[in-house]
Amino acid sequence: MSDAAAKVREIIANELGVEIEKVTDAASFVEDLGADSLDTVELVMAFEEEFSVEIPDEDAEKMQTVGDAIRYLAEHQD
Amino acid sequence: MSDRPRVVVTGLGLVTPVGLDVESTWSALLTGESGAAPITQFDASEYPVRFACEVKGFDPESYMERKEARRADRFLQFAMATAAQATAQAGLEQAMESIEPERVGVIVGSGIGGLSTLEDQHAKLLGKGPGRVSPFFIPMFIGDMAAGMISMRYGAQGPNYATVSACASSAHAVGAALRAIRVGEADVMIAGGTEATVTPLCMAGFASMKALSERNESPETASRPFDATRDGFVLGEGSAMLILETLDHALGRGAPIIAELAGFGQSADAYHMTAPSPGGAGAQIAMRGAMRDGGLTADEIDYVNAHGTSTPANDATETAALKAVLGDRAANVRVSSTKSMTGHTLGAAGALEAAICALVCNRGSVPPTINYKTPDPECDLDYTVAGKVDTEVRAALTNSFGFGGHNVCLAVRRWDGE
Repeated sequence: MSDAAAKVREIIANELGVEIEKVTDAASFVEDLGADSLDTVELVMAFEEEFSVEIPDEDAEKMQTVGDAIRYLAEHQD
Repeated sequence: MSDRPRVVVTGLGLVTPVGLDVESTWSALLTGESGAAPITQFDASEYPVRFACEVKGFDPESYMERKEARRADRFLQFAMATAAQATAQAGLEQAMESIEPERVGVIVGSGIGGLSTLEDQHAKLLGKGPGRVSPFFIPMFIGDMAAGMISMRYGAQGPNYATVSACASSAHAVGAALRAIRVGEADVMIAGGTEATVTPLCMAGFASMKALSERNESPETASRPFDATRDGFVLGEGSAMLILETLDHALGRGAPIIAELAGFGQSADAYHMTAPSPGGAGAQIAMRGAMRDGGLTADEIDYVNAHGTSTPANDATETAALKAVLGDRAANVRVSSTKSMTGHTLGAAGALEAAICALVCNRGSVPPTINYKTPDPECDLDYTVAGKVDTEVRAALTNSFGFGGHNVCLAVRRWDGE
């Protein structure tokens, strides 16, 4: 696992208050990790902050799983 | 009055600068322990006032899941803790299985709300722009969220809101809950207050008003209500929650009865933003109202938990008001200001001091006013300055006065089993 992927998982576990073991690639933020609409907004902000990127709303909406986030951030990092 | 339901207190929860629950707080109050110390929640070294009565060692995760705790301002965390304690004592969670959810309501007052969240998020706004303001900013900041969160935890679908009247906020909450039960809107009310404003902006603001004691060299003796050398209040924080229910409801389910909440009086000074009206004219209206509402005469009042902030203006004015209302009886009533120990918990103070009155009536001990040394000719009542006193208390009054000129008095009566 890349450092970036590990960081993404850590942020998700922290923001959503779940065990890091549950933060698998296939895990859905809403279905599996219990995120509500406000949680997902804050999660995206935490990604933006950590990776110094701007994530447009339409991209954020497509980010449904941990794997989606890891791939997106890998592609959009400077 | 005869067909009006009597209302009793069946549970209490406290998180205060002198204890994290009812028993530790009560024992600290009887011992005369000060909750004041140098501020730890932020670096106050450049501030004119560098001490406060902070809640110490509070772990929100004792009462909330980690994620829920992270999404809650400190004032909400305190309220969830005291609601948990109070409902546990009252056996309310088990009882909820057989009570209609809409017959249980929640009213929780806060003078200021989630101020530390506001300060953090405003710093983000200025430093990083609007896109970095948390989606949780508004729900964490708004003062009504304590009542909202408690309703969610316990499934209470009855009347639900917050009261805001500065330092009378939670006294209003308790009074409003009493009324909600009496008019038949609910059988059980979770009522109280919460405040957590030991923050840079709050300390700076109150210091600019010259409302705070500036005795940085001696925090523990700074809050000295009724003493001639008093120089302002000491900021406190915390929460208090009461479970109120009709006497019949409490007896019917075998709930523990701590005391009766007998009366509620309220008024406005209609005088000045921060100064009390001369002679405590507004305060007198509230006190007379509470006694009338509770069917109490001055001769039945054995204890007054004073607003007693330790500000020059309040303590003299409140004394004058007590003498005007209680007449000859005033000299024989035990008065104390527990703010000498807890500091001024602002919007939480009214419920905290109502809870203390319930304990005083229940246990027959009156906590002292600590730090009193120098008599003030304008403050000449018995402020219980030589330590706690064990004595039967038939009925107690507690005063709460808020900036804006809001006055509340609550009357608590000992429960004798009938």
